[in-house]
Amino acid sequence: MVLSFMEGNEALARGAIAAGCNFFAGYPITPATTIFNNMLKMLPATGGICLQGEDEIASMGYCMGAAMAGLKALTATSGPGISLYSEQISFAIGSEIPLVIADVQRLGPSTGSATRGADSDIQFLRWGSTGGVPVIVLAPKDALDCYVLAVHAFNYAEEFRCPVFIASNKEIGMTKESFDLESVALPLIVERKYYSGDTFLPFAAQPAESPPFLPIGGKTLVRTTSSTHGPDGFITNDPEVIAQTQERLRDKILHSRHKITLYEEDMQQGSDTLVICYGVTSRAVEHAVKILGSKGKPVSTLTLKTLWPVPEELIIEKAQSFKRIVVFEMNLGLYVQEIRRVLCDRKVDFYGQMNGVLITPGKIAEVIANA
Amino acid sequence: MHSFLNTSRPPVYCPGCTHENITAKLDKAMVSLNLAADKTVMVTDIGCSGLFDTFFNVHALHGIHGRALTYATGLKLADPDLNVIVTMGDGGLGIGGAHVLAACRRNLDITLIILNNFNFGMTGGQYSATTPTDAVVGSEFLNQAEIPIDICGIAESAGATYVAKCSGLDRDLTEKIVNAIQHKGFSVIETLGMCTGRYTKRNKLTPKMIEEMITDLPARHGIVEKNQRPEYGTRYRALAEKVQLVPAPVTIEKKIDLPDYKPEEVVILGSAGMRIVTAGDIICYAGLSAGMNVSMKNDYNITVLRGQSVSEILISPEKIGYAGIELPTVLLALSDEGVNRRKKLFSVLQESTFVIKEKSICIPETTADIVEIDFKELKIKRQDWALASLALMAKNGKALNLEMLQIALTHRFSEKNYLSAMDIIGKIFNS
Ligand code: SF4
Repeated sequence: MVLSFMEGNEALARGAIAAGCNFFAGYPITPATTIFNNMLKMLPATGGICLQGEDEIASMGYCMGAAMAGLKALTATSGPGISLYSEQISFAIGSEIPLVIADVQRLGPSTGSATRGADSDIQFLRWGSTGGVPVIVLAPKDALDCYVLAVHAFNYAEEFRCPVFIASNKEIGMTKESFDLESVALPLIVERKYYSGDTFLPFAAQPAESPPFLPIGGKTLVRTTSSTHGPDGFITNDPEVIAQTQERLRDKILHSRHKITLYEEDMQQGSDTLVICYGVTSRAVEHAVKILGSKGKPVSTLTLKTLWPVPEELIIEKAQSFKRIVVFEMNLGLYVQEIRRVLCDRKVDFYGQMNGVLITPGKIAEVIANA
Repeated sequence: MHSFLNTSRPPVYCPGCTHENITAKLDKAMVSLNLAADKTVMVTDIGCSGLFDTFFNVHALHGIHGRALTYATGLKLADPDLNVIVTMGDGGLGIGGAHVLAACRRNLDITLIILNNFNFGMTGGQYSATTPTDAVVGSEFLNQAEIPIDICGIAESAGATYVAKCSGLDRDLTEKIVNAIQHKGFSVIETLGMCTGRYTKRNKLTPKMIEEMITDLPARHGIVEKNQRPEYGTRYRALAEKVQLVPAPVTIEKKIDLPDYKPEEVVILGSAGMRIVTAGDIICYAGLSAGMNVSMKNDYNITVLRGQSVSEILISPEKIGYAGIELPTVLLALSDEGVNRRKKLFSVLQESTFVIKEKSICIPETTADIVEIDFKELKIKRQDWALASLALMAKNGKALNLEMLQIALTHRFSEKNYLSAMDIIGKIFNS
């Protein structure tokens, strides 16, 4: 085994290249800038295009134009950039433009702390667009995950024709670590579904599915629009057509929840406590679980890699046999709301911390021990 | 005659709206250029000018207010054979100003047609970035406190290679649009027109008055000589082509077998400019050379050459989870601001913790085993203190040994820098 050594941001960029990403546009922002730096080193040499936008809004626009011409686009930013992306994210959702957005989260609100980590944007990513359409958000816990989830993210973006978020964190993106890059088994690449036939309508799709794609610039004329549209891509006021599209946008994600559910579990015999966590915090949880285990207190863990759509069935099933559920987050309680919603009849304990430093294994062990 | 106009969706402008004529002349221009419909995309902004894409049988992308040029840029770079035509009103010009400037500076081969009719037609005739100060518009008195911009002048100073201004009713409009589309680079053509639905209801504006407005401003006939330069896409591709190599990830083979290696937690407390992160890298590389798992977490401020720089490194035969430091086994105290940042750490240090302290640095009281070194006396520059400390670690067999350090340095540095680093290492190791 030969170990590679890199930060999460480089791993994410390498994962994107492995996924076939051939377009990147972004605007420098700590702690996401090194994704841009890495893409700028790698894309030109692999025949791709890499741009620095004049701002975040432009960076998203470049990606969306390129995606509509058939390319696989990535952009990367942090919370303040996601704020600016918002209008374009809504457009990409509504017009089913596939792309991947890496959010290397930092401590908010607002400009907040550029060099301090937090899982600040977990609800913002879900709700930071108009219309309330479900989105896909994946959460890595380490550099290896950044590498692998980048491929999943592109696969989902292509399959469901939507923007897919990778909710990283300064503490992953800018932490360097070793992992066995060469023996990682990446998921198979999912390519965009292209239309074949002779009556192309840009937004014609089966219920709960995404429309087959044709690029702008190809033989068949393509229309895309940010306005409420029918299958033909023209603005529409027809309530029935509008309703169908809205439902399809929702259902294409929610009905495929099982396909989009990524997680890890560590079920310990004899444990009555299940810790549910995600992101960098799950590493401290693993550590704490080891400490507790060595003291004869087994604790089980469910680490979510997919945050949105909320893997509801999974959470219900895994939580079932446990007396106690504990959630840890690097914020003051964002995702725990979803866990509580899903496990509505259960008591869910929570510890959150939002002070720019990691929750320590010691703290986690203490919270778990103090039932 | 051939036309790109979509007969099933005729224009829906107010009677007398200049957009109607521009639509017709744009079609004529596209026909006379014999553009391929499947290699042409119309990217439209928001407002009445944002309806253009629906009238033409070409590819279309209608997006968010002010952002049309951003999609156009992505499309053109992704598919350089596309003819990209953008329509935007004076509203889009205002809200998307940054994108107009960027497009002028960049000179990507896109044609921007600005349909300036001095107000926001669709939303009720509010004032825009081009509304005259004395106009009566839907924003009460607000426009009277501001002045309108001359986008052509701005485009020219932003580096646009092609800038033209004309009436939307100009007799030669077709030819002018043809010239703008033909220009290889970013071309701006500003048309001045009448919004009969809103603006001319309360402001007298005739085709003749528009002609006079144009004559009053500096003439803009297209090519801007002083800004001529290669088109962006061509230039970009030529530059990108020279980048041939995808940098390989840092991968370090296990060369040394240390079966009894225990997990180490190293903290370097220093300042920006002291190459703390480089030293951290070297420790990690050293760990990798012994087949260990490593991680490094850095803590610094947004300031570049000022402020603390703290690195936390874990080296372990086991997989690393939590990447923070709980109980350091090695601590390098190399600057006061670094020490201050982690003051609390000193109270938990154990006797077994190996602390290297530069003589001039003050540290809180601790029971740890302290090695004091006077780097100044040894004539080691401050920027090399962290590196020099690694030699002390090796000498004392803490976290790494000399062989690991040597392998790490060969991977981290070029040959020249390796030799000068080894000089410093040798000096300390043998002292
Ligand atoms: S509101 Fe003004 S710009 Fe819009 S169609 Fe009517 S006249 Fe033309």
